[in-house]
Amino acid sequence: MVTSRNIIALKSILHKEIHRFMRIWVQTLVPPAITISLYFVIFGSLIGSRIGEMGGFDYMSFIVPGLIMMSVITNSYSNVASSFFSAKWQRNVEEMLVAPVPNWVIVAGYVGGGMARGILVGSIVTIVAMFFVDIQIHNIWVIIATVALTSATFALGGLINAIFAGSFDDISIIPTFILTPLTYLGGVFYSISLLPEFWQGVSQINPIVYMVNAFRYGFLGISDVSLVMSFSVLGVFIVSLYTVAMVLITKGIGLRS
Amino acid sequence: MQSALKISALEKTYKGGFQALKGIDLTVKQGDFFALLGPNGAGKSTTIGVITSLVNKTAGQVSVFGYDIDNELEAAKSYIGLVPQEFNFNQFEPLMKILINQAGYYGVERSVAVERAEKYLKQLDLWDKKDSAARMLSGGMKRRLMIARALMHEPKMLILDEPTAGVDIELRRSMWDFLRELNQQGITIILTTHYLEEAEMLCRNIAIIDSGIIVENTDMKSLLAKLDIETFVFDLKPNSKPAQLKEFCCRVIDDHTLEVDVKKSQTINQVFTQLSEQDIDVLSMRNKSNRLEELFVSLVGSGQESADSKVQE
Repeated sequence: MVTSRNIIALKSILHKEIHRFMRIWVQTLVPPAITISLYFVIFGSLIGSRIGEMGGFDYMSFIVPGLIMMSVITNSYSNVASSFFSAKWQRNVEEMLVAPVPNWVIVAGYVGGGMARGILVGSIVTIVAMFFVDIQIHNIWVIIATVALTSATFALGGLINAIFAGSFDDISIIPTFILTPLTYLGGVFYSISLLPEFWQGVSQINPIVYMVNAFRYGFLGISDVSLVMSFSVLGVFIVSLYTVAMVLITKGIGLRS
Repeated sequence: MQSALKISALEKTYKGGFQALKGIDLTVKQGDFFALLGPNGAGKSTTIGVITSLVNKTAGQVSVFGYDIDNELEAAKSYIGLVPQEFNFNQFEPLMKILINQAGYYGVERSVAVERAEKYLKQLDLWDKKDSAARMLSGGMKRRLMIARALMHEPKMLILDEPTAGVDIELRRSMWDFLRELNQQGITIILTTHYLEEAEMLCRNIAIIDSGIIVENTDMKSLLAKLDIETFVFDLKPNSKPAQLKEFCCRVIDDHTLEVDVKKSQTINQVFTQLSEQDIDVLSMRNKSNRLEELFVSLVGSGQESADSKVQE
């Protein structure tokens, strides 16, 4: 009875979240495809042809997994951050708070919505990439696991950001000042083995390095870090962020007076 | 019979130190039509917030149909339908989606939710707007949408926080009829309102809260019986000579308006008799204010200014 009620509630939140980003597809699905196309044209075709090979692959093939992962990270994060903050701002989050929806269902529903957008945008970017490069797949299960865990990690991050946010500015500060630099410095456009030793060490505290490299391994079979380490980092982040999100919602931080 | 709502020693102190509730006790019987009245800032919305888990209480117990909100919150929540004071739906979503989603949060299957949404949208005269975005609705329509939303899981207790605020009189009356009908079907209704006429017409029991304390909690008839004096306004024929009434406290407002305070021990007939003896013709007569309003002012009047200055609600 309670399980069935929770499943219906989870489906309702997921349906609402997916419907929200599909309804505004011009804002949510088209821009990443255009942005990534420009990356392919500029860094792949124009500049990439002069760079030559990286990690034994031509530069365009090397950056494709990182660019897909970049769009997954950005979209899964921003979907939950903007949707949950908007629900707080319009106060329609109260629709869920007054209903017998367990907190884990609220977290799972929003994270599921963020993952859905991240994976959908990642798929669109992959299709766009096919126009520029022959995509090869080394291990499909690593690709699926990495994209699922990474999108869940950043969806949880977006949720926590939205819980704390007091204004729309607050949901753009983290993506602008933390997420974007970490992504650009996370080995999307280069192998960290090219960096001086000191900066290689610094890069290893950037969690996005592990996600991009695990994803690249799934496509190309090469990685700057071990796969075990990548999945361990993802696991630690998911458990930690989920715990934080649950504590915040249970205490009603930013949600209840 | 088990109470629909039982509140014991409920306290709420907000972060800034403002104590909105100072240990209130309240019981609402099943099937009741209950009014929770009080001036702005008295603690009505805080009380409703605690019952519906939107406000964390500082101390005390709340149980809904026997389910304690500390131990069995989800069970308690499933009995409650809330119509809040502020519009709190997604302004960009169509009405049908808002209702179906809300039903889903309570575990109502989509096919059932679609049928219920149609039923309530039709009953509340919103069916032709079912596909419109909520932001396109008028204020009265938005209030009715929130009532429909609160009913989607067929709650046993409906809490309405000023549901008719800003609604025109015709619409207000149709909402009253609708609420009466729900109450007759067995739904317990708790109503807060600033329209005291509304509370007097609809509710059987009443609690008045002021500065976080319940200052009155009784049935409506007993409360109204406490009214010692009623003030009546007599509209006299223009240019009547000044009336002089023995044993009545009266005020001449102008040459055709007279205000008379009538005690419980006196009758209005006596006023008419005296006016008639002075050859003064009465064109019409009315209560100066609603009876409940007079009692309300006498119960909370002294504390109202201080309560208004506190802005926690």
